[in-house]
Amino acid sequence: MTVGKDVSALFPDVVNCMQTDNLELKKLVYLYLMNYAKSQPDMAIMAVNTFVKDCEDPNPLIRALAVRTMGCIRVDKITEYLCEPLRKCLKDEDPYVRKTAAVCVAKLHDINAQLVEDQGFLDTLKDLISDSNPMVVANAVAALSEIAESHPSSNLLDLNPQSINKLLTALNECTEWGQIFILDCLANYMPKDDREAQSICERVTPRLSHANSAVVLSAVKVLMKFMEMLSKDLDYYGTLLKKLAPPLVTLLSAEPELQYVALRNINLIVQKRPEILKHEMKVFFVKYNDPIYVKLEKLDIMIRLASQANIAQVLAELKEYATEVDVDFVRKAVRAIGRCAIKVEQSAERCVSTLLDLIQTKVNYVVQEAIVVIKDIFRKYPNKYESVIATLCENLDSLDEPEARAAMIWIVGEYAERIDNADELLESFLEGFHDESTQVQLQLLTAIVKLFLKKPTETQELVQQVLSLATQDSDNPDLRDRGYIYWRLLSTDPVAAKEVVLAEKPLISEETDLIEPTLLDELICYIGTLASVYHKPPSAFVEGSRGVVHKSLPPRTGSSESAESPEAAPSAGQAAEQPAVIPAQGDLLGDLLNLDLGPPVSGPPLAASSVQMGAVDLLGGGLDSLMGGSGFTAPGPAAPAGMGAPLGSGLGDLFDLTGGVGTLSGSYVAPKTVWLPAMKAKGLEISGTFSRQVDSISMDLVLTNKALQVMSDFAIQFNRNSFGLAPAAPLQVHAPLAPNQSVEISLPLNTVGSVMKMDPLNNLQVAVKNNIDVFYFSTLYPLHILFVEDGKMERQMFLATWKDIPNENEAQFQIKDCSLNADAVSSKLQGSNIFTIAKRNVEGQDMLYQSLKLTNGIWVLAELRIQPSNPSFTVRPSPCCPPLSVAPCPSACPPWGCSSRGQPPQQCC
Amino acid sequence: MKMIHSLFLINCSGDIFLEKHWKSVVSQSVCDYFFEAQEKAVDVENVPPVISTPHHYLISIYRDKIFFVSVIQTEVPPLFVIEFLHRVADTFQDYFGECSETAIKDNVVIVYELLEEMLDNGFPLATESNILKELIKPPTILRSVVNSITGSSNVGDTLPTGQLSNIPWRRAGVKYTNNEAYFDVIEEIDAIIDKSGSTVFAEIQGVIDSCIKLSGMPDLSLSFMNPRLLDDVSFHPCIRFKRWESERVLSFIPPDGNFRLISYRVSSQNLVAIPVYVKHLISFKENSSSGRFDVTIGPKQNMGKTVEGVVMTVHMPKAVLNMNLTATQGSYTFDPVTKVLTWDVGKITPQKLPNLKGIVNLQSGAPKPEENPSLNIQFKIQQLAISGLKVNRLDMYGEKYKPFKGVKYITKAGKFQVRT
Repeated sequence: MTVGKDVSALFPDVVNCMQTDNLELKKLVYLYLMNYAKSQPDMAIMAVNTFVKDCEDPNPLIRALAVRTMGCIRVDKITEYLCEPLRKCLKDEDPYVRKTAAVCVAKLHDINAQLVEDQGFLDTLKDLISDSNPMVVANAVAALSEIAESHPSSNLLDLNPQSINKLLTALNECTEWGQIFILDCLANYMPKDDREAQSICERVTPRLSHANSAVVLSAVKVLMKFMEMLSKDLDYYGTLLKKLAPPLVTLLSAEPELQYVALRNINLIVQKRPEILKHEMKVFFVKYNDPIYVKLEKLDIMIRLASQANIAQVLAELKEYATEVDVDFVRKAVRAIGRCAIKVEQSAERCVSTLLDLIQTKVNYVVQEAIVVIKDIFRKYPNKYESVIATLCENLDSLDEPEARAAMIWIVGEYAERIDNADELLESFLEGFHDESTQVQLQLLTAIVKLFLKKPTETQELVQQVLSLATQDSDNPDLRDRGYIYWRLLSTDPVAAKEVVLAEKPLISEETDLIEPTLLDELICYIGTLASVYHKPPSAFVEGSRGVVHKSLPPRTGSSESAESPEAAPSAGQAAEQPAVIPAQGDLLGDLLNLDLGPPVSGPPLAASSVQMGAVDLLGGGLDSLMGGSGFTAPGPAAPAGMGAPLGSGLGDLFDLTGGVGTLSGSYVAPKTVWLPAMKAKGLEISGTFSRQVDSISMDLVLTNKALQVMSDFAIQFNRNSFGLAPAAPLQVHAPLAPNQSVEISLPLNTVGSVMKMDPLNNLQVAVKNNIDVFYFSTLYPLHILFVEDGKMERQMFLATWKDIPNENEAQFQIKDCSLNADAVSSKLQGSNIFTIAKRNVEGQDMLYQSLKLTNGIWVLAELRIQPSNPSFTVRPSPCCPPLSVAPCPSACPPWGCSSRGQPPQQCC
Repeated sequence: MKMIHSLFLINCSGDIFLEKHWKSVVSQSVCDYFFEAQEKAVDVENVPPVISTPHHYLISIYRDKIFFVSVIQTEVPPLFVIEFLHRVADTFQDYFGECSETAIKDNVVIVYELLEEMLDNGFPLATESNILKELIKPPTILRSVVNSITGSSNVGDTLPTGQLSNIPWRRAGVKYTNNEAYFDVIEEIDAIIDKSGSTVFAEIQGVIDSCIKLSGMPDLSLSFMNPRLLDDVSFHPCIRFKRWESERVLSFIPPDGNFRLISYRVSSQNLVAIPVYVKHLISFKENSSSGRFDVTIGPKQNMGKTVEGVVMTVHMPKAVLNMNLTATQGSYTFDPVTKVLTWDVGKITPQKLPNLKGIVNLQSGAPKPEENPSLNIQFKIQQLAISGLKVNRLDMYGEKYKPFKGVKYITKAGKFQVRT
């Protein structure tokens, strides 16, 4: 406003003007303070008095203005003086002041988080969620969301059905911006069952007709997320799908900037639920004067929506686009035709002929793009469209882009036997070998080798030439390596070479350009945010991503479904705590020490590494000498970072002093959780936990009768499970259970039942019968109940075994925020039958070496590193015997017989 | 959600002419990333709206030859920001009559006061025009004269009452001597017509813009003859959704002044009538440096109303050097730099159809252009809503006086494109 001039020298004079009654002057002074207080922190104190006074002004406008400005003065020294006025304003009788004060708490938190917590402002803010004024509620939610962002672990926005109800009421009455805050907050809530999800959806649906597109998109996010919980057979599910289409289409008639963001989100939505927009193809047709960024997005969505039913229309459009003026767009349109061919098999023929038409136009860039996509079509439908090769070869000379040249060379090499002059064609490329880009050089090398293997007699010279060009005259290591590999292959075993080089290639599919499903699910939770524009999770790009919590879609918990398939639906109580699907790649250790699984963080690229391994094998031993023994490093057992989380919480629980309820002499006992909620079992509620006390495992249950009739004739049975857990005695309930009565039972367990590997490993499926019906539920038992008392290994043995453990059986985890010292840890763990074999002190760090033994005779060894200054522990556990995940049978498995059966390293930790 | 950190206003020649920081100051150099993207985009319209830089995100809109570039530091909903920026532009328009660089520079103090009221620490504060006008009075010549004499200011000193009530969009104590309520039903036809004249895609984007000058707290209900047309509607927050769901009546307490009541979309093909047709012949001969151009526009199913304000623009292929045409009606221009042909036709009379024909000259030696230029048509039809939507009646409750009521219909071409 001062056109860049520094007017901070006037600070004292300006502050003198603060006590004016003229509102405009006061506003300007406040504006000045906001800008210059930071540069004059000492002087800023002078302003404090006026703020305090203004906060008690009879005019609420002035009170609000003062509290608003206060928060913008980012000077540490004066913040504490501002706490009292802020406290008063938070309880002000005027809602305008309260709502302004709510935002001020967030501002203050940004300056001094500790102060805000100490002063109890967070609780006051939470109370404001129940305020009578919707505006205040909205601002309180906004402030809490902002604070929660920097404290991912805190449950500031701990929502329950009551507060949700408050928010939904406020949603109808607050401003559009407030609605966005509330909707975004709702999206983080996890409804306890499908009924609650549906009722929230019903109340959110009217927001789809809002004029503000950000409100609409936030509402779409809530609906997309909660829909996941609704059963597809429900009528309401169908209604909701229908209601989602029009608002999404309407977003496309807004300003181009809004369209762009909407399209990026629609791109996610059509991948997740293509049925929503399947009839709306036409709205994505590109208009001549759309900005290019809108055009490209529309094109992408058109392909995603393409199906047999509409492919004719789509192709006609794409052909139209291919003659437009904008080069980038034309290229993308040509590519799109190829993608259609790959996606909709029935259309492939038509696509190919469209592409041939386009090649006839001889427009240079169109021809090049067409050749690139035709190569992909060949890879999808081999031996079907080779008749077009002749046409392609005619255009050989006009290709000047590396990608097109490489594609053409690939085609010539692949179909060398059908092209009479293939050798001439390739030879012509070879002349300028050194001027080509790497992509083309590599392709040329491979193509000539293919040609040689197909027509060895005429092409010997050519292959010699290219091999020497690649290996001797090139600086590019990739090219050289590939040259050597071929050379070696050809010279040692031409038959093997043929098998390798001319091996059948896997078909490509359209899935290659879909977003990977777990990422897609995560992104659905981020609809409307920057993450949805970039199609990357926020952790991938937000700066200082400490504040990022991974979000995941809620599991489907239709009450009707759960009756048939207990394992599919963990009981609702659990579902609320662990929103995520239990990790499929059951890393043994994660499971082993796990009491309370966290959400999976990311799937490790298992497939990728095994493929690489395969490639190494394929190249055989001869290569090693070639590479001088240094070349390839086998991909290490990349322990996914996420494994730390479940283990952390597991061990954390073990260490937890206060948490254990009945830790007498036995091990840690987790508090009881609800396994079977009453509403899923006709009024029978079962909660329970597992405990271990000197050689006996028991399952402590509380049965509560919430029905109106008496319950009797209880019985229990376990499904086969990983460790053969089974009830050692029948379920004894002595008297019939009257309504509203509970009974506590401790059911002794043994481990002699039949064994079947479960996923996750510690999953236990239970059936409970009473006079009314049979009910099923599944639960996860903590593995430490399986740690036997004689799990202490001899020192010598420990040492020997420790050395013998293969590297890939090892994993490492961090346990955060545990402030016990080594001895306390040791004795605590001993309570849970984890024994310390040795203790060392290395460079100020305590190292504990520990062992434990499972009921089925498997030993696990661990190293625990404790830094006195750092409350984080590092654990390196290694089971010396991996078969746990393969055959967890006590008799069949000798403790030292390690036979890893091709399990990826992670799985045997 | 620290929302918008800073705002830069940039004109088409790349000068930053205004900046506002709601938190700490962000250096102007952050805009370099924007300029880079602008350079790459060639056309101003093609600058991507979301740009990432190493430390910030730039979310921008382009309105009235001004870029509104906002700087963001954390994960935010981009639509939130874009909607807000459009709201800022709307407010400038509302206050100064136009949203131009000159207007903003002339009223720089008010602009800062507005920006300060609209956003607090990145949270939108007051964005409703009614409330803002209570806080900061719009400039008028009379007021500035009075202010300079009496030393009073533009800043209101009352609490914006509307901000707290259940109807935050309306200010209290509104008084008019003439009570009026006007509704403009404006429909735009978006269509793509292919070479042969058949419709590839057509839909109607409709809005009802209102100008309500009614005293007190009027409660209005607006009903339609054929509300079933409206199945995809976005509402102003003032509309009671439940009433619409159950009775298909728009019931609302209106904001004071101009606002958009609803916007709607009619997409069923049979409901979208196309009011004009185009006969065209654009061809280039092989190995010759010229081509032919012949276009005729005619009216079609216009329900007895005249099609007027017809303008055709064509983006000709790059190889076109100039055009030698004769128009039977109106005038044409061809810009040899941008290769855009504009033909201002005016009104179409069915007796004598407007025609434009002649020779297209190509650059010598250039190959025959492959691309087919699209014809973009603009037109207007007064007193007609092409979807057939008709207002039935407007009732007012809650106030005693009798207001003056009026409804106007107009149909325009939106993105109306004919392929050749």
